[in-house]
Amino acid sequence: MTSEPVIRLTGIAAPLLRDNVDTDQIIPSRAIRLQKAGLGRSLFAAWRYSDDAGCENPEFVLNREAYRRANFLIGGANFGCGSSREAAVWALKDFGFAAILAESFGNIFYANCIANGLVPVALERTAVSRLAALAEDVEGRDLFRIDVESCTVHPPDGSSIRFFLPVLYRRMLVSGKKMIDVVLEHEDEIEACEQRNRAEQPWLVPVR
Amino acid sequence: MINSAPPRRRPRTLFDKIWQRHVVSDFGDGLCLLYIDRILLHERGGGMALAALSRAGRRVRRPETVFATFDHVLDTRPGRTGAALASGGAEFIDALRRGSAFHGVELFDIADERQGIVHVISPEQAIVLPGTTVVCNDSHTCTLGGVSTLGLGIGTSDIEHVLATQTLVTHRPKTMRLRLEGRLPASLTAKDLVLHVIGTIGAAGANGYAVEMAGAIVRDMTVEERLTVCNMAVEFAARSAVISPDEKTFRYLAGGTFAPKRALWERAVAAWRELASDADAVFDAETVVDCGDLEPQVTWGTSPEHTLPIGGAVPRPEECRDPARARRSLEYMELTPGMPIAGLPVDGAFIGSCTNGRLSDLRTAAEILKDRRVAPTVRALCVPGSTRVKRMAEAEGLDRIFVNAGFEWRESGCSLCFSGGENFEPGRRVITTTNRNFENRQGRFVRSHLASPKTVAASAIAGHIVGADMLGNRAR
Repeated sequence: MTSEPVIRLTGIAAPLLRDNVDTDQIIPSRAIRLQKAGLGRSLFAAWRYSDDAGCENPEFVLNREAYRRANFLIGGANFGCGSSREAAVWALKDFGFAAILAESFGNIFYANCIANGLVPVALERTAVSRLAALAEDVEGRDLFRIDVESCTVHPPDGSSIRFFLPVLYRRMLVSGKKMIDVVLEHEDEIEACEQRNRAEQPWLVPVR
Repeated sequence: MINSAPPRRRPRTLFDKIWQRHVVSDFGDGLCLLYIDRILLHERGGGMALAALSRAGRRVRRPETVFATFDHVLDTRPGRTGAALASGGAEFIDALRRGSAFHGVELFDIADERQGIVHVISPEQAIVLPGTTVVCNDSHTCTLGGVSTLGLGIGTSDIEHVLATQTLVTHRPKTMRLRLEGRLPASLTAKDLVLHVIGTIGAAGANGYAVEMAGAIVRDMTVEERLTVCNMAVEFAARSAVISPDEKTFRYLAGGTFAPKRALWERAVAAWRELASDADAVFDAETVVDCGDLEPQVTWGTSPEHTLPIGGAVPRPEECRDPARARRSLEYMELTPGMPIAGLPVDGAFIGSCTNGRLSDLRTAAEILKDRRVAPTVRALCVPGSTRVKRMAEAEGLDRIFVNAGFEWRESGCSLCFSGGENFEPGRRVITTTNRNFENRQGRFVRSHLASPKTVAASAIAGHIVGADMLGNRAR
């Protein structure tokens, strides 16, 4: 089983340079449903809307005309910290985001990004600040590019910035392959590890 | 004489010992395939993962290692019927029930004596054991480090992956030893300590690390105190937290429903005695947090790192780690720099959650509430962390103390820790034993102040934030 390959991305970047943006802010608990589709409406609900009726807060970045169709979000440190809710990633994707560029990520959020083909781009603080300033300057008129295969960000000023993505994750994104299919190739090793541990530590099998 | 001693093994940390035994394969770049011993599921995501597995035509690889419970959106009001209050909540409950039945997964359903918050019931019933790897669709899975389990919070897709393969693809975190040092006042609680740790190292302080909580203070803690401390490790961005096991750990787990029995128990304990970090083990980072003469702690802002001693004053943004965030927090919390945090009126008080919903937490709060009444302006709730905790508390008469004081006495679950169906009224100020003071977490514009069960109980009585030591006399 595969999902959409993610190779080269081009789009508008929106700056949200805040540290410790938690997943409760990305998608409030009360907006989460069993279905993934439609969550984009509730993305950053408490910041984006000034009331429950959906009246927009004009100051919030995603309500500014230039960033309504943004594809990249530029965040601060520890982006996506807090709750493990995968709905945070589904909401970002449903809104139209294809990559998040930040100084660092909440550990669980990062893994959830990979599982859903949302590219997590970790960069130095100075680089993040520069890109956020640039995104603010160009106001969506000029596009940013991200090359997943070469792990490079190409901002519209002609520069390029490398980022780190483990080879395995890169392969998953570029091929659109699911992790499960890669891992099942290791079934013999899984079985061996299980047999060894259960033989040496029989209490690993729950006692009922 | 020939030296026949075996070559000395490189000293290892507790984390190293657990990790090495579970690595199936190394993918390079720090990514490993890790074998998982237990999979814990709750209804917020558990049912989705099981359904996705069915749709893909796959089976649960080892159903005997999977345990499911209801806690997140389950109604906690007395006399609950199993209906969910959250819109869409019933679907989550239904999905987990159907998925568990289909895949042969053991589910602690609503009327089951074993139901409760997943991180409370799993050590309580010895579902998790020292040296094991455990995943759950919940960020507070790090709680389980309190019984020397490597608990990893993961998302729904990764849960599906582990259900199918019994493995997780994950980064090997770096190791950090976080030593708590100093002489503590006897009245201080584990919650105060961990809030102080987050205030000191920051909400991103241990990003990328598996942290071992260590030092004499941790050694002297009860297991339930250790669970409280490890619970909040995710609030300082740790991948997980662990504490080396000792006799207290073994006593806590002994006799648990799913604990190994008799000879197998003896064998297990002998192996667990070897798990503690070696004396000369080297960590990637060492952090010391001075806890000497610490006062009870309470948060003022919208990040768990916004902590204050209860005798302290709200800081100026410039004094904070992230001044812009602090400015927004002050505005959201309706506070001004320089004002003392004690004396701030509260409308709500919440005791419970995976942080502070265990029997010892309820006992501590009840000691303060005995022969006292909650201020008439305060809505106060106590939500036991598990059905067993509730029963044990009732057997000791704690429920009468809570009810007589004016607290609501609830069925077990996560309840108002977050908006899982019920909310505090918009804009209310709440003092709470939970772990997150994020904006809108407990309701629209609700202002949450994190504190210990003692401080929450005392503040509920006073009607404003106050330390238990400052409370007036009991009613006659």
